[in-house]
Amino acid sequence: METQEISRILLDQADRLFAQHLTREARAAAETGAWPENLWQAVAAAGLPLAMVPETAGGAGLAPGDALRLVRRSGFHALPLPLAETMLGNALWVATGEKPLAQPVSFSATPPTGLRGAGDNAILDGDAGAVPWGDVAWLLVVAEDAAGGRHLALVAPPEAALPQRRNLAFEPRPKRHLAGVRPVALRPAPRLAAPGLRPLGAILRAQQMVGAMERALDYALLYANERQQFGRPIGKFQAVQHMLASAAGQFAAATAAADQALEAWGGADVEFAAALAKARVGEAAGKIAEIVHQVHGAMGFTQEHPLHFLTRRLWSWRDECGNEAEWQRVIGARVMQAGGEALWPMLAGA
Amino acid sequence: MGPLAPAGPGQSPGLPLRGEAFGGMVGEDGGEAGMQGLRFDAVELPRAAAEARARVRAFLRAERAAGHYAAHRNSWNSFDPAFSRRAGAAGFIGITWPSAYGGAEQSSLVRFVVTAEMLAAGAPCGAHWIADRQSGPQILRHGGERVKREILPRIAAGECFFAIGMSEPDSGSDLAAVRTRAVRDDAEWVINGAKIWTSNAHRAHYLIALTRTGEAGPDRHGGLTEFIIDLARPGVSVRPIHNLSGGHEFNEVVFQDYRVPDDMRVGAVGEGWRMVTSELAFERSGPDRFLSDYRLLVELIERLRGQDDPRSAEALGRLVAHLAALLRMSTAVAGLLDRGENPAVEAALVKDVGTQFEREIPEIARLLVSCEPSLEEDDRFAETLAHVTLHAPSFTLRGGTREILRGMIARGLGLR
Repeated sequence: METQEISRILLDQADRLFAQHLTREARAAAETGAWPENLWQAVAAAGLPLAMVPETAGGAGLAPGDALRLVRRSGFHALPLPLAETMLGNALWVATGEKPLAQPVSFSATPPTGLRGAGDNAILDGDAGAVPWGDVAWLLVVAEDAAGGRHLALVAPPEAALPQRRNLAFEPRPKRHLAGVRPVALRPAPRLAAPGLRPLGAILRAQQMVGAMERALDYALLYANERQQFGRPIGKFQAVQHMLASAAGQFAAATAAADQALEAWGGADVEFAAALAKARVGEAAGKIAEIVHQVHGAMGFTQEHPLHFLTRRLWSWRDECGNEAEWQRVIGARVMQAGGEALWPMLAGA
Repeated sequence: MGPLAPAGPGQSPGLPLRGEAFGGMVGEDGGEAGMQGLRFDAVELPRAAAEARARVRAFLRAERAAGHYAAHRNSWNSFDPAFSRRAGAAGFIGITWPSAYGGAEQSSLVRFVVTAEMLAAGAPCGAHWIADRQSGPQILRHGGERVKREILPRIAAGECFFAIGMSEPDSGSDLAAVRTRAVRDDAEWVINGAKIWTSNAHRAHYLIALTRTGEAGPDRHGGLTEFIIDLARPGVSVRPIHNLSGGHEFNEVVFQDYRVPDDMRVGAVGEGWRMVTSELAFERSGPDRFLSDYRLLVELIERLRGQDDPRSAEALGRLVAHLAALLRMSTAVAGLLDRGENPAVEAALVKDVGTQFEREIPEIARLLVSCEPSLEEDDRFAETLAHVTLHAPSFTLRGGTREILRGMIARGLGLR
């Protein structure tokens, strides 16, 4: 069987699984901040958290590109779970030679934390920032020792509940302080983590945003064809058509940017690819969210209509792991250093 | 149950599955409606494309070293027959055509790479651009054998240039309204009417004219036929129309009992609409739809080079992120064209997004580098900015206005 076909089958299975379990009640419960254990169990039973783990280590062994397409589907379904985070966490942890983790795993997208001491006595120093599902998930952080050596530190979930803090989609984002915290395990940072975890997280969020945009736009198209005003569907009006056409252009560009990033995963210049993706997708996210709400009118502003499950995620994810401006500066600084004539080979190939 | 139905007692619809919501929706343009129907799949460039990239870069380096052109000028609107002859001799025109007609029998992805390199390097490819991009391919697919043998090798040699004869004084965006009439007279047709906005008609050898030969029919798309017009023959006159910067690129072309032999017809009688729409997919998705003012971006970066300014870095980073996405989208459409598909909606998206990007560059550049633009300025940035600012309005008009494209895109998305 073609790899492409296997990937297609797995993505279809995931689609069905998400759709089956994501009832309105399940979504509402997840947004209170309660951990959706049943949903997690269903996703874990399908092996999705181990999608990026090689088969030899007990995972699904998906190519990074396919695994990241799965992340995109989780965005399409507005899945209220740290699936993308756990996929990344397991990929990183297994890359250090360890077994995959059975629990949900999250990561810190802040710059590397400090590390004092060595071996079993090592103590972290610093801040993990807002950690996705940080109250229940195990946490991976890149920690830098005094000599500049980079380690991947595994930190257990907090013993006491953290103050509730949620993003705009009401996904848990509690702040975790790491000063004085002793990691459960410390391993030399694998190659994948060389640029730090922020660019990797940026690529995950870019994929999720492309998935969420796709569905938000599907809703908008459906609504524009169904909703009648002045005796015809609002999609007949040029003003509405032009908004949606413009949104489709944003979506196409965002998809292209996210695609180049999933091809670059694990390669030599993940940071640049992440910057191109997060900058372009993040910009499209804001514009598309604006347009789909405008098309839906007051209906889209209600709790009743499911559009907000997607748009609130777009508004959250565009700021997580670095907003557009941050990543634009990464690109711009590089271009300003290399000069005008160096830009074309940078994009088209040397 | 639609997605808007409120969840009653015992019901938990959640989000509708894609299949439920969008199963039956098919766009007018034939593709699957909704965002999933858009095809921008990754394209792997063939090895020949990498080789061609290296060859064209070497050719352009030599051109610049010889002082043949200045890179900061307009590219595909710079009419330079001598450059076109050298590009033709080097094998960079008619790349995809059969060797019998002077072509190199390469994939259209090779052509994509070559044209993108020409534009990125600011090469003056305007003379052969239209013939290579659309007239030649159109003749190759739908022209008669005599015409193919006579004209295509001259195009490929960079010696024969074309103009586009679509718009008319009363028929711009509404192309189905063309009134230029061709009437059959034995083995010839007699043409009367006028075409407008005909770029380079005063220095091209031919144009392909869309004419009315019959009734439009209920869908308004019937009764149109395309002919190759030899601009050197009697019965056709060219009147200049100067653009707002004083430049002479476009013209009005008037036909008075112009006689064209039937074997100069392109495609079947009455098939003109189909000819034009397939031609436009080639016209709309290429690198010329986002690289028109690329050299201004290069000059801007040169001006900001080495500075440590976060505001400039943000603005440049944004433009580069846009450009990277466009390059990928346009490459994807080249891949679809290479497979013989007609990606009309995707091509329109490339042009809509690409020309918006082109229009943004001068607006951003002028705020990052303080200068007063002038065409008579030694400073390359100020001169390029002046030139681009004066030409930018055309970017979102030519080849179908932004508004026409968005209407097409909307229909392709399934808005009815």
